[in-house]
Amino acid sequence: MGLTLNHFLILGAVLFCIGLYGAISKRNAIAVLMGIEIMLNAVNVTMIGFSFFNTVKVHRPDGFGNYAQYLTGQIFAIFIITVAAAEAAVALAMIIAIYRKRNTVDVGEIDMMKW
Amino acid sequence: MDLTSLLFWLFAIFMVVAALLVVGLRNIVHSALALIIVFAMAAGIYVLLNAEFIGIVQVLIYVGAVTILILFALMLTRIGGHPRTNPTNRQWPIALVICALVGATIVFAELTSPRAIANVGTGAGQLPTGVSNVVRIGQLLYSPTSYSYVLPFEIASLVLLVAIVGAIVIGRED
Repeated sequence: MGLTLNHFLILGAVLFCIGLYGAISKRNAIAVLMGIEIMLNAVNVTMIGFSFFNTVKVHRPDGFGNYAQYLTGQIFAIFIITVAAAEAAVALAMIIAIYRKRNTVDVGEIDMMKW
Repeated sequence: MDLTSLLFWLFAIFMVVAALLVVGLRNIVHSALALIIVFAMAAGIYVLLNAEFIGIVQVLIYVGAVTILILFALMLTRIGGHPRTNPTNRQWPIALVICALVGATIVFAELTSPRAIANVGTGAGQLPTGVSNVVRIGQLLYSPTSYSYVLPFEIASLVLLVAIVGAIVIGRED
């Protein structure tokens, strides 16, 4: 069975849904963050799958070899990893700050905006 | 079934099972350990797709940094006494239905779309031989003369700076 793009797209879709379920049905804020990380990894798998199977040729007038047609998905994936790591750091700092104030990280109990 | 397909199915099945364990296990530290498996299998898939640099970056950043960050945050926010530290909402059946619908929509759109899948081949469009993946990613990220993504790169560095400062300011004790 040869690998086609559909294999990677469906894998990305399945992982996205599992991450979405974790993000909307978990009570621990860190578990919600783990669901979001699974979703971002699913998107990365899709991006790199597209980069591998792409056949669209980009015509650029510059004389340099243009590798965007081969590697655009990978560049997308680098930026997604970057932003996901930054967002995980900030989100965990917020969770720790909330824990210091309210002594809980249960998202069902952090429901008042005023301390 | 050749080696590539076998490795893909291995990585895919381990990844999906580990993701189900992340959302399903009762102990949240076990969920964090299953998350490591998700990240590692994703790195394996990237190496399979000729994206070795992204695979190594994935292992370094996700498995190396994000996982340790999550484990430290779990350590600092321990909820003692409960045997179940990864509880689920009371609305989890609705969440299951919604996620199944979202998944079905995505898969349907991917399989029956006439536009998006028309331009894909069978993986023959790979980098020409004698060229390294890392070198060409470097050219695509930094080159000032040819087509490059140098502006998103600079903006991403600004995002990282803001995230560093923000995390320190939010997370400090006062």
